[in-house]
Amino acid sequence: MRGRRFDITALPGFSAIAIGVFVVLYAPIVTIVVYSFNASNSVAVWGGFSFRWYEIAWENTQVQDATIRSLVVAVSAALISTTLATMAALGTTRRGRFKGQTFIYVMINQPLMVPEIVTAVALLIFFATIKVATGYQGLGYLILAHSAFCIPFAYLPIRARLEGMDLTLEIAAADLYATPWQTFRRVTLPLMAPGVAAGAMLAFVISLDDVIITEFVKSAGQDTLPTYMLGQLRRAVTPEVNAISTALLVLTVMLLTAFFLLTRRRD
Amino acid sequence: MTGAASSTRSGWLLSLPALVLLALGAAGPLLIVVVYSFLEPGEYSGVVWNFTTEPWFRVFLERDIFDGTVSLADAHLTIFWRSVKLSLLTTLITFAVGFPTAWFIATRPPSSRAIWLFLITIPFWTNLLIRTFAISEIIRNQGLLNTALLKFGLIETPIQILYTDTAVLIGMVYVYLPLMVLPLFAAIDRFDFKLVEAGYDLYASRWKVLRRIVLPIVRPGIVAGSILVFVPSLGAYVTPRILGGGKNMMVGNFIELQFGQGRNWPLGAALSMLLLLIVLAALLAYVRVTSSERPQ
Repeated sequence: MRGRRFDITALPGFSAIAIGVFVVLYAPIVTIVVYSFNASNSVAVWGGFSFRWYEIAWENTQVQDATIRSLVVAVSAALISTTLATMAALGTTRRGRFKGQTFIYVMINQPLMVPEIVTAVALLIFFATIKVATGYQGLGYLILAHSAFCIPFAYLPIRARLEGMDLTLEIAAADLYATPWQTFRRVTLPLMAPGVAAGAMLAFVISLDDVIITEFVKSAGQDTLPTYMLGQLRRAVTPEVNAISTALLVLTVMLLTAFFLLTRRRD
Repeated sequence: MTGAASSTRSGWLLSLPALVLLALGAAGPLLIVVVYSFLEPGEYSGVVWNFTTEPWFRVFLERDIFDGTVSLADAHLTIFWRSVKLSLLTTLITFAVGFPTAWFIATRPPSSRAIWLFLITIPFWTNLLIRTFAISEIIRNQGLLNTALLKFGLIETPIQILYTDTAVLIGMVYVYLPLMVLPLFAAIDRFDFKLVEAGYDLYASRWKVLRRIVLPIVRPGIVAGSILVFVPSLGAYVTPRILGGGKNMMVGNFIELQFGQGRNWPLGAALSMLLLLIVLAALLAYVRVTSSERPQ
């Protein structure tokens, strides 16, 4: 036990700075949430509690379209990236080091290393060429781009889960004449499921939050929720943005709490 | 057990779909940017397929349109210098406040440590746009900060913070702070506090213990945090766009300008590649520092 009189972990002023950091970190977010319930037209003056701006945002067809588009892209990107990341994680863990493994790691983590603006510019050029050549203007470009940059976020928790897994259960299944597919389906997959779910959630959040790549890749009239908000911020800001922000914030916190609980439950 | 050859083959086969997607949607297009940085700009947008080194030349130098004299491209250098300066300041400030915060979290009892850590993680995963917007609401002329200062009579007229370099700095420190705290926490969490005890037993002061024992041991965490903050700061786009207004551009915004109003895609491509080279240099330095510190 540590003595009460002289705490070796205490450093003068550190706790005060830390508490200050938490206050400063949350004060702006709390302000946004509080003011999203403001009845007044102004973002600065408090005019009483109301759900007015939520109703206005809810009835705004641009917001509706952007929300649906955001969800379509995020769900597709999460599904695609998680599927591919799961395969890649199975291929790169629990076997000896193999030739080209470092290359695979670098490729998978590459979206984390390149500044987003550079990737955005690269995709703008690449997709502009394809758009001219094929005439296709749909959501496919956004889904492709989002799936790609979500891969490292899906991959990391899945890999962490796989590395912590015991190989003996799979060997036991094989000993009991299970086919490789049966072993995977009945033993490996259920064991790695929490990691896969966590990876999918991170991918979903990352896709839902993306601004820069979406802003560069989207065709005309393909606003997602964040790019719609970015456009609004350029004009006079209405408390509607507060309401949309709060809704997105609640969704993120819910997903994160689920992620937290999924990854914490270790055997 | 599987042989090495079949392990290599199945490893590659399973990773292949992900690699193809990444090649199409992230890594491959970077090669096109390299090509574009050596072409002539088209009249309205896009490029003309004539090889030239002009875009790279124009990143650093400008040619007078009348007499053809060559001088340094001051406007570009100012923007690059502002980006580097603001990113370094962001890194320093996030370290100065992030270290005590990480220390605080790591020294909580295990039961509450997870909660404090979660509290740092929430802003980290919250939409960057929302956080930047939130900060702009606080520092606006009619925002919370100025209103409070006016109310307490500390100032006569609102301070103009929004649309200045200071606003961009405040915003970047705010949005990137969790990226500094998390690796610092990981390093301090692994730290063996018996060493601190030993230091105190040998009559070292708190400052000396911190400087001579703690900081050298958690150095990999400091380096990791600094890289994680410096790299996205340098390529920042959203934060300077919202908080810096039109004039106080950083490299990210200047690149975008070349693809919008500027209509100079090759120059934009060259600027992007330069930004990428700086970031890769920082990452390589990081790899070298951390690998030389590990035994063997």
